[in-house]
Amino acid sequence: MNEAAGTEQGGAREVAIRVRGLTVGFGEKLIMDGLDLDVYRGEVLGFVGASGVGKSVLTRTILGLVRKRKGSIEVFGRNLDELSFEQRRAIERRWGVLFQHGALFSALTVKQNVQVPMREYLSLSDRLLDELAMLKIALVGLKPDAADKYPSELSGGMIKRAALARALALDPDVLFLDEPTSGLDPIGAGEFDELIGTLQKTLGLTVFMVTHDLDSLYSICDRVAALADRKVIEAGPIDQLLASEHPWLRAYFHGQRGERLHLAYQATRG
Amino acid sequence: MAREPQLSVTRSDAAARASLSGSWVVTAAEAAEAAAARLTQEARAARSVSIDLSGVARLDTAGAWIIDRARQELAAGGASVAYAGASAAHETLIAEAQYRVFETPERPRVGPLMGFLSDIGLSVVGFGRDLAHGVEFLGQVVRAIGVALLNPSHIRLASLVHHLENFGFRSVPIIALISFLVGAIVAQQGIFQLQNFGATHFAVDLVGLISLRELGVLLAAIMMAGRSGSAITAEIGSMKMREEIDAMRVMGLDPVELLIAPRILSLMIALPMLTFIADMAAIFGALIVSVTYGGLSPEIFFARLRTAIGLNTFLVGLIKAPFMALVTGIIASVEGLDVQGSAESLGRQVTASVVKAIFMVILVDGLFAMFFAAIKY
Ligand SMILES: Nc1ncnc2c1ncn2[C@@H]1O[C@H](COP(=O)(O)OP(=O)(O)OP(=O)(O)O)[C@@H](O)[C@H]1O
Ligand SMILES: [Mg+2]
Repeated sequence: MNEAAGTEQGGAREVAIRVRGLTVGFGEKLIMDGLDLDVYRGEVLGFVGASGVGKSVLTRTILGLVRKRKGSIEVFGRNLDELSFEQRRAIERRWGVLFQHGALFSALTVKQNVQVPMREYLSLSDRLLDELAMLKIALVGLKPDAADKYPSELSGGMIKRAALARALALDPDVLFLDEPTSGLDPIGAGEFDELIGTLQKTLGLTVFMVTHDLDSLYSICDRVAALADRKVIEAGPIDQLLASEHPWLRAYFHGQRGERLHLAYQATRG
Repeated sequence: MAREPQLSVTRSDAAARASLSGSWVVTAAEAAEAAAARLTQEARAARSVSIDLSGVARLDTAGAWIIDRARQELAAGGASVAYAGASAAHETLIAEAQYRVFETPERPRVGPLMGFLSDIGLSVVGFGRDLAHGVEFLGQVVRAIGVALLNPSHIRLASLVHHLENFGFRSVPIIALISFLVGAIVAQQGIFQLQNFGATHFAVDLVGLISLRELGVLLAAIMMAGRSGSAITAEIGSMKMREEIDAMRVMGLDPVELLIAPRILSLMIALPMLTFIADMAAIFGALIVSVTYGGLSPEIFFARLRTAIGLNTFLVGLIKAPFMALVTGIIASVEGLDVQGSAESLGRQVTASVVKAIFMVILVDGLFAMFFAAIKY
């Protein structure tokens, strides 16, 4: 598993998630039309796109929460449409999801939220259950006294962190993050990125990260994919996207904010 | 694909060497914990312990935590413990998932007796607060409705009609059906019991009086509490949960005027109409049973009915309806506004709304019964 962390170009890299010809729509409106996407094993894929272009919908479609009209989705080489209930459960416990709005269970404390998947899938001793939940809570940068709080008592950033702790509960192989750093202070966002980078390197985690945060793209993403015009218009290392001629990508990376960061990163890379 | 976590310990005098192998991951946490317990057991007396990780195939945070816990337990026993053969990834992982004790503030404990007593106290205080809250709210609602009535351009007609459809029109079938059935059942019982005295046709008096004075309005009001009261609580409660109510307040919009007054007003308009429908359905049910089961002809049925009831019988039922609707609407809204952040609290408030509304409807009915008896109406 750890060996898979390499991100060298070329060669046949193992694909964790393969999406082909995906078409999704609501009513008359098509959100995605024949979309193709590969997420390689052990990489952090940053996923960008304008607001409302369908990033969350794509994530939810891969997770099976939104019905697709056409196309196929393979996770770890298995077509999700052809799985039995048991096989599907087996795949579901290998992925962790951070929803855009947290989606914590409102009737449970943070600690109980983190323990839900552990209780559901594993038989752990009470002591370990407690300790592991507290460890996950500490890893994401929450104070121990947040463990016994209910989601309605948390700040926006704390909700994000608690939701990440729950997504990490089973030490998943694939992590879906929908805007993990939005609503965090810049220091917190940096720590978040660092944590995800560390986990990716040590656990060989595959990360599918929807984000608007240019900092995250530059600092931890191995590749970046951009969604526009109902398709993935570009996917590759960030330099490839920087060089792209697509008007939205140009505006995104070479607009005022984008250009400033771009220059700053170029300076640090020498 | 994963091998179980495994452990072998070799001892030489004061030193011990523990070789770990297999997958130390969360899915094998039970076995990992057992192996770690064995490690602390077997290496207890050793002065220096080396934990060799070179054979570990997979490691995750849970595994790292368990291993590090064992290491620190040994270290606490006075041994010097070191890792050997850890890859860079393992080292980072163990540093991240280092064993530590988390201190969470203790919650104050209360004994069962104290808990019981404090529950009683709290519920008494809660009842008092409910009452005060309800009266205060009644004032706000009356003001909002009054303002609306004084300048009719303020009435939100679209929203009123929408709620009238939801709370009134759409409950017609169910209210007509249950009233029809209850009217039929009461008639059947009346005929059956009065047969013994040869007074079958007095069953008509019974049904007429009881339906118009009590049954019709009670059935309609209870149905409204269950059907529309719960819906109002859920609507307002989920708006409260998502801070929609707060958003209205900061925009200077009054939720009582915008959300609650139209709902309560439409309940107050709808319930008298529903009561009328319930009355008619109950009498129709009684008519069917009297003709088919009691052997009365429709002419005799209506003749008896005309002598038994007057306009006042009918009005007694109808007058109560708006008050019951007002009580139901106020309870439903107050409970909705009391919803806290969690889904569970929403469920609790909806239940409370229905239970309290039905209770209050019956209480109001009792008060009216005393009132009408006193004025001999
Ligand atoms: N359940 C739904 N029914 C109808 N349309 C929907 C539904 N869910 C999403 N949409 C539409 O799909 C489009 C894409 O939404 P999506 O939430 O994926 O945007 P996004 O790219 O994640 O944006 P953001 O960056 O703001 O989160 C939007 O136009 C939205 O209105
Ligand atoms: Mg989104």
